[in-house]
Amino acid sequence: MKAQLVKMKSQVQKLNRSTRSNVITIGVIVIAYTICMSMIKAGNMSNLLQNLLVAMCYYAIMAVSLNLTVGILGQLSLGHAGFMCIGAFTGAFFSKIMVGTIDNVLIRFTLAILIGAAMAGLFGVLIGIVVLRLRGDYLAIVTLAFGEIIKNVLNVLYIGYDSRGIHFSVNDTASLNLEEGGMVIIKGAQGISGTPRNSTFTIGVILLILTYLVIVNLINSRSGRAIMAIRDNHIAAESIGIDITKYKILAFSISAALAGVAGVLYSHNIATVQSTKFGYNTSILILVFVVLGGMGNLRGSIIAAILLTVLPEYLRFMRDYRMLIYAIVLIVMMIFNWAPACVNWRKKHSLKGFIDNKIRKKAKEEA
Amino acid sequence: MEMLSVKNIGISFGGLQAVDSFSITINKGELYGLIGPNGAGKTTVFNLLTGVYKPDMGQIFLEGENITGLSTIEINKAGIARTFQNIRLFKNMSVLDNVKCGLHNNYKYSSASGILRLPSYFKTERIMNEQAYEILKVFDLDKEAKLLSSNLPYGKQRKLEIARALATNPKLLLLDEPAAGMNPSETEELMDTIRLVREKYDVTILLIEHDMKLVAGICEKIFVLNFGVKLANGLPQDVLNDPEVIKAYLGE
Ligand SMILES: Nc1ncnc2c1ncn2[C@@H]1O[C@H](COP(=O)(O)OP(=O)(O)OP(=O)(O)O)[C@@H](O)[C@H]1O
Ligand SMILES: [Mg+2]
Repeated sequence: MKAQLVKMKSQVQKLNRSTRSNVITIGVIVIAYTICMSMIKAGNMSNLLQNLLVAMCYYAIMAVSLNLTVGILGQLSLGHAGFMCIGAFTGAFFSKIMVGTIDNVLIRFTLAILIGAAMAGLFGVLIGIVVLRLRGDYLAIVTLAFGEIIKNVLNVLYIGYDSRGIHFSVNDTASLNLEEGGMVIIKGAQGISGTPRNSTFTIGVILLILTYLVIVNLINSRSGRAIMAIRDNHIAAESIGIDITKYKILAFSISAALAGVAGVLYSHNIATVQSTKFGYNTSILILVFVVLGGMGNLRGSIIAAILLTVLPEYLRFMRDYRMLIYAIVLIVMMIFNWAPACVNWRKKHSLKGFIDNKIRKKAKEEA
Repeated sequence: MEMLSVKNIGISFGGLQAVDSFSITINKGELYGLIGPNGAGKTTVFNLLTGVYKPDMGQIFLEGENITGLSTIEINKAGIARTFQNIRLFKNMSVLDNVKCGLHNNYKYSSASGILRLPSYFKTERIMNEQAYEILKVFDLDKEAKLLSSNLPYGKQRKLEIARALATNPKLLLLDEPAAGMNPSETEELMDTIRLVREKYDVTILLIEHDMKLVAGICEKIFVLNFGVKLANGLPQDVLNDPEVIKAYLGE
């Protein structure tokens, strides 16, 4: 046992710094998860907080995935909620028609997640090809427009399902011409209801960790370096033969696919999914998480998403003043979060700094 | 053997003919200097050669292959790498990663193997690290490998740009004022490094410099550009004693 621990310790020390920091992040997520679960078991967690657990996960996934586009690729996107919308509807649609066919919940939900991610990723590629020629403000405006288009199309879309297959309409249920026993799945503005409630906190945390790993591994790979090179200096990136368009679309579509995952998690957590939920308000909200957590700082995105998901719920007692206070808290956090004194304090007292220091000291002693 | 052969390329910006009928032939292994007063069009020549601008006229051949009109990316893949007069490093990346970006097209594995950490990721990354360190050693930057590139002192940033360009394994290396902003001893050291690089990596070099004496010390041939047109071209001693060249530099 002791030998094993020593071995583990030396293994952690051998990891290079970025890997160590990722191990720490995932470790903290797992610990936080364990604490939450034991609180629930012991009945110590308020209902309010319990109801927010899955939301924290999908917002955190949204924030880290948007950070890939905004912080790592360096392109401002204001339509991220649109991809969440696609994931939510695709996943819910799949689950609803497969409820009778695939009995195993785990398999069905896993498939729903994969299909939701694939569809959102596909739209990421298509939209990326169109919009990624633009830069800065123009890109921001066009992504915003695409987000709204997705939302509004789904708002008038009717999709039904019978023995002859899938039927579409943009008018009403009747024009689907379903045969007897057919089922209307997406009902325009009413969206999808009755999706199996398969999302759990555990699945949410697993998906969050997977999302984090996908992005972190991407960043620390050949493709990730290409993506960051484009962000830092696209002219220099071209001069060394990096295919700008390819890597922009790659980053954008992975980001979209992961937003799709968050969408599936969302739609399987709620009674009714309506597309109006995915407007620019949500996109901006996610962007706030990213900016507050720090551009390119994945851990920061997770923390910001969790804090800012919980905060408004705890401000409910203020009724009309709630959003005012929320806004003030946001501004105060923005001001203080990246103040040099704050940054230094965090560096000094961070878990990673603590462990790094220990390892450095130990190395010195050994030398 | 001809490495680069440029025939009458030119470009104008609005009414300004920045480069006019520029022709040059550089043989394999040569170290060529391109000099000229401010605004003569030197950097514009580099931008034409690397596809940043498309020439209005003329043709460019690399080892006999016509590369006129290709994109910057394709031209780099064909074998031309460059540095920039105003340094363009990847500022938020480490010194090592800057060079590994340069290795991008020489060592490949798919994005999926990167994300899933498949064996090809570990294998290729190891080779890339070894290669990158080897290049960094040539420029005496290996000890700073883990530093953020923007934290390097100015002179080392210029060296890192050369290292990154070299990592793409070019046949022809274009250096835009590599010694700008360096003190005399740094410049001396850089010139030694450039000679070493040419031997070790078997690369042909075209370099822009303002300092004529410095160019004369290292280059085998010199091309003088003035207001976008050729003023002189040939061996250093001939070019630098040319009355036209002296006039252009010192005025009437
Ligand atoms: N993109 C552009 N648009 C308009 N004019 C340009 C452009 N690029 C260069 N020029 C003009 O072309 C001329 C040549 O510029 P260039 O940068 O090639 O000079 P240079 O020889 O490199 O000078 P320096 O020694 O100052 O670097 C200048 O008059 C410059 O203003
Ligand atoms: Mg210049």
